[in-house]
Amino acid sequence: MFGAGGGTSSYEEVEQTDLIVLWGSNARNAHPIFFHHVLKAMERGAKVMVVDPRRSETAEFADLWLGIDVGSDIALSNTMAREIIHAELGHAGFIAGGTTGYDEYAASVEDWSLERGEQVTAVPADAIRELAHAYATAENAMICWTLGITEHHNAVDNVLALINLGLLTGHVGRYGSGLNPLRGQNNVQGGGDMGAIPNKLAGFQDIETDPEARAKFEAAWGVEIIPKYGWHLTHMFEAMERGELTACYVIGENPATSEADMDHAVHLLEGLDTLIVQDLVMTKTAEMADVVFPASHASFESEGTVTNSERRVQRVRKALEPPGEARDDIWIIAQLAERLGVGWGDPTPEELWDEMRSLSPMHRLMSWDLIEELGGVQWPCDEEYPQGAKFLHERLWRFDDPEGQGRKAPFSVVIDAPPKDELSEEYPMRLTTGRRLESYNTGVQSGSFSSPLHRGETLDLSPEDASALGVEVGEVVRIVSRRGEIEAPVHVTTALRPGLAFMTFHFPDEVETNKITNEAYDPKSGTSEFKATAIRVEKLAVAAGR
Amino acid sequence: MAADPSAEERAAVDEVLGAPETGWDGGERSARDLRVSRAPEDQRTLLLPVLHALQARVGWISEGGLNYACERLQVPPAEAYGVATFYAMFSVTERSKTVVHVCDDLACRIQGGADLVAEAEAADLPGVQIVASPCLGMCEQAPAIFAQRSGRPEVALGGATMPTIRAAVPEDSTVVCAGGVMAPQAWDEGSRPGLRLLARFGQADPLTLESYRDHGGYRALARSLELGADATIQEVTDAKLLGRGGAAFPTGVKWRAVADQPVTPKYVICNADESEPGTFKDRLIMELDPFSVVEALTIAGFAAGAETGLVYVRGEYPLATERLAEALAQAREAGLLGTDVLGAGFSFDIELRRGAGAYICGEETALFNSIEGKRGEPRNKPPFPVTHGLFGKPTAINNVETLINVLQVLTMGPEAYAALGTEGSTGTRLFCLSGHVERPGVYEHEHGITLGEAIEAAGGVRDGEPLKAVLLGGAAGGFVGPDRLDIRLTFEDARAGGYTLGSGVVMVFDEDTDLVDICLRIARFFRDESCGQCVPCRVGTVRQEEALHRLVAGRTFGSKADELALLGDVAAVMRDASICGLGQTAASAVQSAIATFGLFEDGAAS
Repeated sequence: MFGAGGGTSSYEEVEQTDLIVLWGSNARNAHPIFFHHVLKAMERGAKVMVVDPRRSETAEFADLWLGIDVGSDIALSNTMAREIIHAELGHAGFIAGGTTGYDEYAASVEDWSLERGEQVTAVPADAIRELAHAYATAENAMICWTLGITEHHNAVDNVLALINLGLLTGHVGRYGSGLNPLRGQNNVQGGGDMGAIPNKLAGFQDIETDPEARAKFEAAWGVEIIPKYGWHLTHMFEAMERGELTACYVIGENPATSEADMDHAVHLLEGLDTLIVQDLVMTKTAEMADVVFPASHASFESEGTVTNSERRVQRVRKALEPPGEARDDIWIIAQLAERLGVGWGDPTPEELWDEMRSLSPMHRLMSWDLIEELGGVQWPCDEEYPQGAKFLHERLWRFDDPEGQGRKAPFSVVIDAPPKDELSEEYPMRLTTGRRLESYNTGVQSGSFSSPLHRGETLDLSPEDASALGVEVGEVVRIVSRRGEIEAPVHVTTALRPGLAFMTFHFPDEVETNKITNEAYDPKSGTSEFKATAIRVEKLAVAAGR
Repeated sequence: MAADPSAEERAAVDEVLGAPETGWDGGERSARDLRVSRAPEDQRTLLLPVLHALQARVGWISEGGLNYACERLQVPPAEAYGVATFYAMFSVTERSKTVVHVCDDLACRIQGGADLVAEAEAADLPGVQIVASPCLGMCEQAPAIFAQRSGRPEVALGGATMPTIRAAVPEDSTVVCAGGVMAPQAWDEGSRPGLRLLARFGQADPLTLESYRDHGGYRALARSLELGADATIQEVTDAKLLGRGGAAFPTGVKWRAVADQPVTPKYVICNADESEPGTFKDRLIMELDPFSVVEALTIAGFAAGAETGLVYVRGEYPLATERLAEALAQAREAGLLGTDVLGAGFSFDIELRRGAGAYICGEETALFNSIEGKRGEPRNKPPFPVTHGLFGKPTAINNVETLINVLQVLTMGPEAYAALGTEGSTGTRLFCLSGHVERPGVYEHEHGITLGEAIEAAGGVRDGEPLKAVLLGGAAGGFVGPDRLDIRLTFEDARAGGYTLGSGVVMVFDEDTDLVDICLRIARFFRDESCGQCVPCRVGTVRQEEALHRLVAGRTFGSKADELALLGDVAAVMRDASICGLGQTAASAVQSAIATFGLFEDGAAS
């Protein structure tokens, strides 16, 4: 945020803060390692408050749980902001010295009274007020979020809404106060940092708007860089549909099962002229490929680095030779370049790292030796922070030093916009998706071992809905959305309220959940609205003779 | 699906916890519950009281009952199950509505306890389960029984015979606990004037605060409040009061250490989980002078800077529990507990907790865990309780007898108190005389008395029989032979002479006693009571019992000498490597019997 995509705080600060707001995050199940830090904070006496439509496993542990309607996050945030402003609990000094756009923002939330907030989010006004006051009055507080915020058609606005709260209360750029997206994998952060996103070069340097950076890369690489944002994943599928994208080189992704509206995605992949897949295992996407490059395992069959949610770059070391014909990713790519007539030679991971940090200012002083010495280094690591930085945006507090402060943090006016897939008489229930503790994404990594916790895919319903539908636990039902229909057995849980259903997407071989989810996506981030699907549940006809 | 609780089980749990407030802790699901929930406050410390309530009401702890308790307390069911199965008084399988525990431990087994178990089992009483029990702490009235009667009060009865058991069992039984009168000195005009700790026995009404005050009660607290906390600790220190629970730690030092901790809250605890076989003095104090415990613990709280005190009383002591509860209620009513004790601006209250049948919970850190709603397994020390005790907070934990000595210190002054007894063992001491003595009971003697004198004061060996052995200090203590009746019962003499006073147990065995049988019972006791947490004790107590059985049966591995050497090795490992005192002393009595009487040696008397 504010130019760099990463959480602002360290895990250490999570343990030391006074209030942790987990917003759209079931961290206890989906980010169990991160949650250990939360547990330490709780042990120390920190409060935990959870915003989630479900009373998730995390919410069970929370001092306060707010069960909002799916997709009403902006309404909640704006209501909290108005309450904080009216109670005069905002951080006036920080607003004046470290931010811009406050007046416009304050005006935009003015009509979000607690009553209206309750109407839109369905959370009782007193609970909204309690969260707002707790957040604003805490000495240190952080908001942490996950896909409950980002898997919406207005994902970026959702994130901006949370950032607004941090700016309003001065809970950013200080030790123990911050704004933190939690990453689902050990190196999601690293992928973005290295420029594996359509609009940025390594170190979050913009392709379109930063000609200086572009020139630097062009000089180093000896090629012209086209100042044009690339396509993100959803764009790519659209481009396939238009016939503009005809060849695909897929590295370590499995879009054939993980994309929303899956049948459609598979159909588009089938229509490609060329599909190359580089992966550890024979995924469903790999099965469709023209060429498959078997790759080594990034965690123990190759050298390199990973970067976690707290921006900490850590070394990965090779412990095993990859089996059979599997090869290191770098070697495969370099060989491909070789065949394409570009002589990249056989670069070592450290050589590539050093080249990258000659171009990415925030990695400039982060040598492998330093990473080794400190056991991991948090970016930025430059002349100002030669040992790395625990938390980001400390600069915003340098009110008297305009140069050191740099660009002030802008408030953003964000407008409440309900999910695209509207509820109707035909599709009266809201389905949201998420993860379970023992399973991981599409099950490629977690589906092959047996666990007593694996109970396969289910449609989770509230006791009230199950009884209204006349269905029992384990009974298979049909789930119909505007895009398709699937069947799954019923599981009943009090974590859900009437009208709200839940599924995972861990078992695509059993139940292809993403057949019915909505491919509507956020134009700014490209993330699909997995979290909000309108469905109806149908009891199957009783088999004859029963 | 998880088992559901019955209405009765719900009621039992709700009686302890109050009715559930929301759908998230066991109540009806409301519209608000669909949108808001709050983490329940940590109530795990109430797990044991809740399990007691279930056990007492329904007669066992069913899956449904346990689930409901867990839902209310927010304790994971697996953890609660681990706790429920830790204690002998709880059953997680359905069993008879009435369970009669018949003591066949040392003092009872030599006076018909073992036979009574067999007789009661053979009688096949309908709806009654007979369980052979470890020491019930009523050795002076051997043999003893303790009956759990679901839906009705528990009873503990001494001098038990089959008619006693039959009388306690029926639905309409009117049998209640009989108060012990087994402190012969208190009913003897000649010896009564010399009594200090037992002075109120038989004189003051244990059920009324007024009577307690009429007999000198609450003068010590008044003096303590006048002195202030610091000077109170100083007096206890100057009196050189040493702990009577077995470890002989200076009480003043312990209180000072807690008082000096900057951390709050602090706790003071009265350890009334008296379970050492042969010990019953604390029970008599709680039954006959309960207010003294309340007053003394209040002083401890004032001195150490605690606002909360707890009495952890042994589960098998229903009468002591009842009378303590009554004393607490009256003290609270009279403003002797509460937010402003005696108008001195000192806030203090006492909570009463019951054990549930686990010898190990007398170990101070196991007792903390038990109060916290965990399995009663001892913790590693350090850290010590004075810095990290109950709930990890500074805690002063004292035995009942130690605490009531504080009342003496404050009423007579530290100099006068220190003048009693010997240089290294000030004050008087309670001894539990049991077994083959003429007049068993609790005796108070000034430190310095010899073993022989203590036995003589109880009338000597019963029927003038020759003495064979004395078990000194309890099952965790050791045997001494008739040649050592001149040993002095002081801390310093015990230390120098390599014996222990433990909890003041003096159990007398006459010429006809089968010492091998006594050793087997001791070995069985430790094997049964080992909490299983650390290997030396868990394995060692089993190996010790097995080796003894092999020796008895004449089926030794190798020679007898080999087996005795093995017993010695096991003893050394347990002593050196066990986490707590249970394992460290689990072999001491058996080893002393072997060393003193040459048990199992060819031609040795047994």
